[in-house]
Amino acid sequence: MEAETVSIENSGYRIKHGLLSRITPLTKQEKLLEIRLPEGEYLDHDPGQFVQVSVFGVGEAPISICSSPTRREAFEICVRQAGRVTTAIHKLCEGDVVGIRGPFGVGFPVLPLEGNDILLVAGGLGIAPLRSLINYIIDNRRDFGKVDILLGCRNPESMLFSSEIGHWQKRIDLNFCCSVDHAAPEWAGNVGVITALIPGVNLYPLKTFVMVCGPPVMYRYVVDELLKKGIPERQIFLSLERHMKCGLGKCGHCQIEDIYCCQDGPVFSYQKLKHIRGAI
Amino acid sequence: MNQALLSKSRLADFVSYLVSGHKVVAPVPLQEGRFKFDEVQSLADISLNYIPTILPPKKYFMPQRSTLLRYDLSKGQDMEEMVELEKLVLFGVHTCDLAGIQCLNIVFSDRPKDLHYLARNNFITVIGLECSDYCDSFAGCAMLHNHLPKGGYDLFLTELAECYYVHINTQKGEEMIEEASIFEAATKAAEGELERLRSRKKELFTSEVPIRYQDIPRLFEETFDSDVWSQLGEKCLSCGNCTSVCPTCFCFDILDEPELDLGSGERVRVWDSCQNEAFAAVAGGDNFRKKRLERQRHRFHRKFKYLMDRYGRLFCTGCGRCSRSCMAGINLKRTISALIEERG
Repeated sequence: MEAETVSIENSGYRIKHGLLSRITPLTKQEKLLEIRLPEGEYLDHDPGQFVQVSVFGVGEAPISICSSPTRREAFEICVRQAGRVTTAIHKLCEGDVVGIRGPFGVGFPVLPLEGNDILLVAGGLGIAPLRSLINYIIDNRRDFGKVDILLGCRNPESMLFSSEIGHWQKRIDLNFCCSVDHAAPEWAGNVGVITALIPGVNLYPLKTFVMVCGPPVMYRYVVDELLKKGIPERQIFLSLERHMKCGLGKCGHCQIEDIYCCQDGPVFSYQKLKHIRGAI
Repeated sequence: MNQALLSKSRLADFVSYLVSGHKVVAPVPLQEGRFKFDEVQSLADISLNYIPTILPPKKYFMPQRSTLLRYDLSKGQDMEEMVELEKLVLFGVHTCDLAGIQCLNIVFSDRPKDLHYLARNNFITVIGLECSDYCDSFAGCAMLHNHLPKGGYDLFLTELAECYYVHINTQKGEEMIEEASIFEAATKAAEGELERLRSRKKELFTSEVPIRYQDIPRLFEETFDSDVWSQLGEKCLSCGNCTSVCPTCFCFDILDEPELDLGSGERVRVWDSCQNEAFAAVAGGDNFRKKRLERQRHRFHRKFKYLMDRYGRLFCTGCGRCSRSCMAGINLKRTISALIEERG
């Protein structure tokens, strides 16, 4: 009675084939990948959710989806070359196939935003998941109130989606403001940390929902500024960065206290997070 | 009929019956008074009187390495989901380890369900064995209410003076009893003897640390910033022994293991430990539990608070393995006592 290996169906670890239909280099470190599922299958995600992207022989990495679910024929992810799997992804060409699991988790709350004002605060690569929400808002623009976008990045060269941002800046129904940590003298925009932009935003605190995504170090400062503006804690949403290894709420890598970021998050309200030690 | 008796002289026959049709694993002796679960051929191989084995029965439900899927790059990114199944009978499982298996069942049955675990689980028959006394001073089973059987088995054996009292918990257990045809009907006398044994146990096993089960999560909540954690952090070597031997630790890593031709391979699940420094690190360079004290505190809180919040039960079984195997002498019961003392 030796152990036998049998195949099973509907395992949580099953992958779908994702065809890389377009690859666009954004900066030295980041590429934008457009992915199509077989037979035109719709990914059906919420802004702020993520997928597990796999290259067999190397492994899987959790990557947030940066396109809006309103664009159904394909989805996009923005991949920074940071570890082994993302390095392997960067070596792929158009026409190659990656493995896709997901979408996973709880994204940004979309329905509660309707009719309200929205402030989006993005730091660095945090613009990627927020871009999903921004394009969702653009595609349903009349359902939302005033929309402000604040973006912070290291320097003008590291800014992601710069040509798309150029279009956002021209729109009369979006207010866009950017700040960089360092820039050459010819840079006409703001220089300094993103938190410095918050006091200047003109908003009605009680009808404003704030979505924040950026490096972990940013959250405490951003939240302090938002609370100073009078934004209620339950209207501030933060997307947490953790290593979602399995995506199924089991492996333990993304656990903070009793929550698993991959299933319960990655997006949480500050009202919830303020009770969870080690979250921000 | 949910009860039966097995004469002591027939226990060897029962093991032989099991071995004739199944792979049977049971506690077997190692050196220095230690034990492990391993395959046996007869009763002579088995230690009926044993302290918790080095590794808990977890290794059969969630092996150190198990294949999730096989891939073949020659056909694009093709893959087939797999599970390695092995029909086996686990014989002689103590109540602490039955509780451990129940904890794992809860985790992997929680949605999204883990079919790889659940498929294996269906192939395992569990035969429990009651402890009539403490195994050693590391045990904390009474504090965790695991010194008496609370299900989780197909059959459960309790040693009486002349025979074993057998509780039949499942149809699968009943069918084994029928087929072995060496069991007798339970008698009033045997039932009386069992009751006396259980009441004796209630006197013998008293909470090893002065705290009630239901008050434990609050103790941990209130001592999050305690100095006890810094002291543990100073001692801890981050070796991961405690999590490997824990019957309810289930954290894992997922790895690709290519064949030598690099064209095909397996995606496997292997045990991981929250005590490893890189466990909560992300590619961007942040590490959310960088300090040893944070990792030890996380381990304890998982046993006594976080998973209680999530699944409604404590995830420590009181088996004492973490304390027995800690090279730095970190002791679970002493840690809880220190927290109680500090809180006052």
